[in-house]
Amino acid sequence: MAFSDMMSYNSMKQPLQDYQAPNQLHFNPYDFNGGTILAIAGEDYALIATDTRLSQGFSIHSHDNPKTYPLSSKTVLGCCGFHGDVLTLTKVISARLQIFEKDHNKQMPTSSVAAMLSTILYYRRFFPYYTHNLVAGLDDDGKGCVYSFDPVGSYEREVFRAKGSASSMLQPLLDNQIGGKNQQGYVAQPLPLERCVTLVKDVFTSAAERDIYTGDSVQISIITKDGIKNERFPLRRD
Amino acid sequence: MSILAYNGAAIMAMKGKNCVAIAADRRFGVQAQTISTEFEKIFEMGPQLFVGLPGLATDVQTVFQRLKFRLNIYELRENRRIKPKTFMSMVSNLLYERRFGPYFVEPVIAGLDPVTSEPYVASMDLIGCPMETNDFVVSGTCSEQMYGMCESLWEPNLEPDDLFETISQALMNAFDRDAVSGWGAVVYIIEKDKVTKRFLKTRQD
Repeated sequence: MAFSDMMSYNSMKQPLQDYQAPNQLHFNPYDFNGGTILAIAGEDYALIATDTRLSQGFSIHSHDNPKTYPLSSKTVLGCCGFHGDVLTLTKVISARLQIFEKDHNKQMPTSSVAAMLSTILYYRRFFPYYTHNLVAGLDDDGKGCVYSFDPVGSYEREVFRAKGSASSMLQPLLDNQIGGKNQQGYVAQPLPLERCVTLVKDVFTSAAERDIYTGDSVQISIITKDGIKNERFPLRRD
Repeated sequence: MSILAYNGAAIMAMKGKNCVAIAADRRFGVQAQTISTEFEKIFEMGPQLFVGLPGLATDVQTVFQRLKFRLNIYELRENRRIKPKTFMSMVSNLLYERRFGPYFVEPVIAGLDPVTSEPYVASMDLIGCPMETNDFVVSGTCSEQMYGMCESLWEPNLEPDDLFETISQALMNAFDRDAVSGWGAVVYIIEKDKVTKRFLKTRQD
């Protein structure tokens, strides 16, 4: 057959039988499991609160899954976002803390936990842990401290911070009630623990009204020199 | 980025005891750049009836003009003041006429009934799906922050002065956590025999 016949208009009209456009398979390694965490640093205490709901889309996996993880007698980690990454990250941190304790014969100070977490997160700069993190505890002087992190390890010491799915609902109220924002003649003074706990219950109740990923109950961990005390308060369960 | 967030806005309305309040920020910007801090987003539609229009600034003004026109026709034909609920239907109808090419505004309506002085607040989405509530409504680029503030600060049967303080604090602290709204605010307190308009000085960043 002549070449010109093969390349005729009729033969070109039929698509080649064995040709198929390459189709790309896609795997999404992330999910979002909700949850809200909140930490406040007081004069001689730190407080970290979490809701206990674990959800995915419109379904609830668990009503009892607090997202705070005690790391030592004076440090608690709050960690939410993608639960798979939360599990991995908390496992990595616990391992590193055990190594530290064996090496140095003491528990890692809160400020060092924060610095270490930053490097752990930044190590995964181009395939990050999808987690929002807060570290709350007592510093070397026994004062309350809170460190907040972005998913890739940028961190900062603060007095109060909300993270997770309802953070945008909580943070403005904390600005107002603890930071004294938009209050004329406000004088900063130490925040009593009782007022702090009441405020936390209030803001979580409010968030549970509007955010479907926050609810069931709120667990409040209070860190003082005497150790960590936990308290539960019920929230909407729908 | 949504065209609804192109210019930035924060508007809310609250019910009180025999009164209602409506408040808005005053910024007009184009994405991150602030053009004006004296932009009107709340419009008087009657002695005790106000509408707030957050969204695309060009549509804010167009929707206001078309609403004002329809309202004038209504009041000329009926020879009486419109009820807030009727006005809400009018807004909803106007927006739904553009169902498949909408105006990018999500209105907030606040007012007192012209006969009974019953407080009324409502909001709707950009194609006119209405929502009437017994407490408060919010709309704009920082709605999550506004919900958080209102849900915590609002309580039933607030007197006009307390309602002013509540709505002001709720709005200011909400838009201070939003980059594209703020730069001053305006608050209207609507009572049976008077309407008070106050401007709030707020942080300018």
